[in-house]
This record gives sequence, structure tokens and C-alpha cells, in this order.
Amino acid sequence: MAYREAVQPKIIITGADLTRIVDRIAHQILEKTDGARDTILLGVPTRGVPVAHRLAARIRAFEGVEVPVGTLDITLYRDDLRLRGARALGPTDLPPGGIDGRRVILVDDVLFSGRTIRAALDALADLGRPRIVQLAVLVDRGHRELPIRADYVGKNIPTAIDESVRVMLTETDGTDEVRITGKDSA
Amino acid sequence: MNIRHLLSASDLDRRDATAVLDTATEMAAMAGREVKKLPTLRGKTVVNLFYEDSTRTRISFEAAAKRLSADVINFSAKGSSVSKGESLKDTALTLQAMGADAVVIRHPASGAPHRLAHWIDGTVLNAGDGTHEHPTQALLDAYTMRSRHGRIEGLKVAIVGDVLHSRVARSNVHLLHTLGAHVTLVAPPTLIPVGVTGWPADVGYDLDAVLPGVDVVMMLRVQRERMTDSFFPSEREYARRYGLDADRVRALPSHAIVMHPGPMNRGMEIAPEVADSARSTIVEQVANGVSVRMAVLYLMLGGVK
Repeated sequence: MAYREAVQPKIIITGADLTRIVDRIAHQILEKTDGARDTILLGVPTRGVPVAHRLAARIRAFEGVEVPVGTLDITLYRDDLRLRGARALGPTDLPPGGIDGRRVILVDDVLFSGRTIRAALDALADLGRPRIVQLAVLVDRGHRELPIRADYVGKNIPTAIDESVRVMLTETDGTDEVRITGKDSA
Repeated sequence: MNIRHLLSASDLDRRDATAVLDTATEMAAMAGREVKKLPTLRGKTVVNLFYEDSTRTRISFEAAAKRLSADVINFSAKGSSVSKGESLKDTALTLQAMGADAVVIRHPASGAPHRLAHWIDGTVLNAGDGTHEHPTQALLDAYTMRSRHGRIEGLKVAIVGDVLHSRVARSNVHLLHTLGAHVTLVAPPTLIPVGVTGWPADVGYDLDAVLPGVDVVMMLRVQRERMTDSFFPSEREYARRYGLDADRVRALPSHAIVMHPGPMNRGMEIAPEVADSARSTIVEQVANGVSVRMAVLYLMLGGVK
């Protein structure tokens, strides 16, 4: 019985939930960063980028603060290239003024093994020296393989290692929701 | 990319070639950074095996490999066991024993990279073989055209000069055809190869008739070191009929660019004032060479187990 449930794709966060989660993280960032002073958001492609833009838009709506948004492609810093093959690169765009001396909040959709964030930290070190680096994710699904944690978490979702968590966003997938799927139906 | 070796520009289909150009665009963004180094090819060994003199290509491959953190071993025929008579095969087996992940080879004999690819396990990258091919040059030329014109599809490209001895021309004809550009070769009849009828390109003998209709004019070096016959009466006559001077540049459409793979014979195939003008992309081509070769190395070695 439990097995049958696991293989059906299950919506665990709806579009309305997702909006509330982004609002909450935006508030938390404002609270923890003294009104987002000297702060930039760096989205990790693919889905971290629209999330970063949404956070910036909410922060602007709440307090009228413009938070610069950039993207940070980590492909060339991955530790699994050898296993999974060379793949297409995404863009890396830093906001004007760069990252030196600023608060950088990395934004991604799902936090899983932590290896993506490890790669992002290496990439950041080659781009400059931020004063502080924080991490915001929509979903923390556990199963960390490195000592990395998020500062802002949309939702903690305990998962089995063989399940997959799929964040869908209007900008990239045409709809807003988060699904969990057992590995057999994938 | 699903190819193991890059021996000819025709090894690349449109998807692969576009992937190289797109990746090169991202690699180029890296050149403006403070730390121009990526960890991507850490632990890989790239051997530059050069049997012919080269400045641009060797340095460019070396810089590209180093920016991706590969270890680079430079090997030139001069000052090595080759001058004692070692064969290409024995040199290849030596490289194989050293565990080279990639060998970048330039050789005066057409087909040498192809032979090498049968002898070693690593990836072979052709950096110019005789009068055959020079695929990474064609890629960097295509990259330069795309960055100046925004597209390659539909561009009209004239390749002018010593087509007979030019591996750059061969590779460019193949790649530009793959990417949807239209190529016209312009040269004295003596410098057009016999097999040209099978190439996806037009042939013309009158430079002045071709220039007003092109988006790109690519001048080729007159390769005196490969010329055993008299292909044209005198250098002055060649320059007068096929050299790109300021008057001919005025006949070009205003958006057209002037390219040359280097090294140039200033005053022969290209006038100095043209080579140094704002239309010339010659220095840009060198800079783009590093980005394009980084892209090739990443796509071909990045995923190898």
C-alpha cells in the first residue's frame, strides 16, 4: 500500500502555498538583513533564477527596496561532470558592482545533497569576496552529503532517498507547484 | 557532443557546432573576471604536439587548457626525439604511456591526426594538418562572425586567396555550410584545388565582382612555404588582383567585416591600413580563439570518465 502511494506523483505545495512561501522568505530576508541593506540575490540556474526574481519583487513590494538580482551558473564547478557528462552552460550575470564586500544570498529551488551549493561557493570565491554568504531554498528535502544548511527554508519535506522532488514554476514550467514522485514512476 | 575526436570541421553537425559557439560565449564572459581559472578539467592532461611552427594556435590551446585547470605538456618537434628520427607512432605511444587525456596535434602531413587517433586512447584535436583541415580555426571564425553579425545563417562569406594550400579555407567551407552561410571562394585559378567542385561553395576569379555583395571577407595567407611551383607571375600582380586594399574595402557594404586567420603578409593579401582598421576582426579572432578552444576542451573532455 505504502509503495503504491509513493509511486503516484503527489502535489505537496500548491501555487497558493508557493506564493505564501515566497512572501514569507522575503519578509525573513528583510528581517535578518536589516531591510536588505547591501544585499544581492544570486539565483542558481535553472529554477533558482526565477525564485530570486520573485523574492526581489516581493521585497520591493513590501518595503520599496531594490535588491539587485544576478545569476550564478555552477556547471563548471560541479563534482559530477565526470559521471554525468559535459552539459550546456547557463549564463553567469553579476549585478553591477559585483559581490565584493556585500551580502550574497544564494537562491535555489531544492536543497538536497548540498553539492550544488558547494559548487556555488567555489564559483563565488573566483568572482570576488562577499562579506557574508547566505542560502535561501524553496524546499529542503534532506539527505545532505556535505555540512551545508540553508538560512531561509520555504518548506522542510522529509523524503526517501529514491523519491524525486520537482519544483515547477510558471516561468520555466508553465505552472506553480511542487511534486514528489517515487522513483518507479519516473 | 558525441564525437570522440575533432579531426575535421565536418565531424560537427549543426547541433554540436552551435553548442560549441554557445559554450564559448559563456567562456568569453570568464575572460573579464579577476580569477580567470575554472576547476573543470583538474587532473586532466593535455599535450600540445606541434610538428610545425605556430604562435597563435599553440598559445591559444595552452591558455584554454590552463584556464580550465588541465595540466599542459608542450611538445615541439624541434628539440625533441623527433629530430633524432622518432616516428609519429612511437611518439604517440610515448604520449599514451604518459596518460594524455587529449592530444592537440599540428602536423605538416594531411591526415596525421587521423592516424594518431588510431594509436591512442585519448581525444585527438586537430590543430592544423598539412593542407587538410583546421577545425578550431573555423569554429573561432564562425564565433567571430556570429558575435559581429548576430547570426551565421544566411551570411554571405567570401574566402579569398590561397585556397589550394589552406586548411583554414577547407574547414571554414564545411563549418559555414553546416551553419547555413553561403561561401564564395575567390582566387587565381592556379590556387583553386581540383576537387573544389565537390565543395558546398561557389568559385569566383574576380574579387571586385564579389566584394559588393558580401557580409564577411576572409583573406587567406599566401603560403609561400608550401609553394613549389609558380602559381602567379609576381607578388605585385597577386596583390593588385587579389589583395584587399583601402579602395576595395570601400566597395564592401558598410556592415561587412574583414577577417584573416594570421599570420599576415602585410602588403600582399592585405594592406596594412585595412588590417588595422575598425572593420578588421583579426585581433578579436585571437581572443575568441581562447574562448572557443575552452569550449571544445570542456565539451570533449569534461564528461570523459
